[in-house]
Amino acid sequence: MPDENEVEARHAADDTQAADAPTARTLRDLARALLRPSASQMVLAATLLVFGIGVGTQLTTKAADDPYATARRADLIQLLDTATTETNRLENEIEQLKATRDKLQSGVDSAKVAQTEAQNRLDSLAILNGTVGATGPGIRLVVYDPNQKVSASTLLDAVEEFRDAGAEVIEINDSIRVVASTWFSGSGGSLVADNTAITSPIVMDVIGDGHSLEEAARFRGGLVSQVQTLGGTVTITQEDTVKITAVRSLPKNSYARPA
Amino acid sequence: MFAILALLVGIALGIWLEPSLPTGLTTYLPIMIVAALDALFGAVRAWFDGTFSDRVFAVSFFSNVLIAVLIVFIGDQIGVGSQLSTAVVVVLGIRIFTNAAAIRRAIFHA
Repeated sequence: MPDENEVEARHAADDTQAADAPTARTLRDLARALLRPSASQMVLAATLLVFGIGVGTQLTTKAADDPYATARRADLIQLLDTATTETNRLENEIEQLKATRDKLQSGVDSAKVAQTEAQNRLDSLAILNGTVGATGPGIRLVVYDPNQKVSASTLLDAVEEFRDAGAEVIEINDSIRVVASTWFSGSGGSLVADNTAITSPIVMDVIGDGHSLEEAARFRGGLVSQVQTLGGTVTITQEDTVKITAVRSLPKNSYARPA
Repeated sequence: MFAILALLVGIALGIWLEPSLPTGLTTYLPIMIVAALDALFGAVRAWFDGTFSDRVFAVSFFSNVLIAVLIVFIGDQIGVGSQLSTAVVVVLGIRIFTNAAAIRRAIFHA
C-alpha cells in the first residue's frame, strides 16, 4: 500500500509541477521506464541501433586492420619521412663503416708488406752475418795439400775471388763460416781461421752461381793453379744443393748504434 | 527496454556483418562515435532532469555526429585534420564528463 500511496503522491506532484518546471527523476524511474516500453522509445531504439552498428564496425576495423589503415594521410607522410630519414642516416653510417673497414684493411695490408720487407732484410742480413744456416746451388771445392804448403794468403785470395764471383755464403771444413770479419793466419800445416784450425784436406762449400764460382777458382793464376804449383790438387764439383750448417754467434756491439 | 536491446543488437550486427565502410569515412568513424556518445550522455542527463524528448535526442544525435565529422573534414581539407580531431575529441570528452557528473548526482545525490 505504501507504494500506491507514493505513486499517488507523485502523480499529484507531477500534476502540480507539470505546469511550471520539469520534474527530476530517479534511478527507480529509469528502471520502471525500461520495463514499460513506450512508443517514444522506438526513436531512441533506432538511434541507438545506428550507434551500435557504428561502434561494432569500428571495433572490427580496429581489430582486423593494421594500425596504418585508418591513419591520416599527413601522419602517414610523416611516418614515411621519418622512415626515409632513418634509412638515409643508416645508409650514411654503412658508408662510413665501410670506409673505415677498407682503411683498416689496407692498413693491415701495408703492415703485412712492411713486415715481409723487414723479414726479407732480416733473412739477408742473417745470412750475411752467418747467424743462420743456408742452402742453395753452388760448388764443393776440396784442396788436397800433401806437402802442407797452402798458406793463409792463398785461402784469403780464394775467398776474395769467390766473393768477386758472387759467392753469397762460404764455409770451410763444414765448421768455419766465412763472414766479413773472418781472418786467416798461419802457414802450411797449421792454418787457422777465426781461432779454428783448418785441417787438411780443406773443404770449401760456396753458395752462388756454380759456373762463375768454378771459373773464379780455375782461372790462370787462381786457386787451382796456385795449389798445383805447390804440389797439391783441387777437385771442384758443382752441386744443385749446397747445405751450409756452420753458424756464427754475433758479438754484441759495444759502441756502434743504429742511426 | 527496446533502446538497450537495440544498442546490443546494433553492436552485434556491426561485429558480425562487418559492414564495409567507404574508405573515405574510416578516419571519421571514431569521431562519429565520440560525438554519438556525447549525445547519448546528454540524453541520459536530460532524462534524469525530466527534460528528455526523443525528438530532441534524435536530432541532437545526428547533428552532433554530422558537425563533428564536418569539423574534422574541414580540418583535413585545410591541413589541420589531426589537430582538429584532437580538439573535437577533447571538447566532446569534457562534455561527456560533465554530463556523467550530472547523471551521477541524479542517481547517487552526491
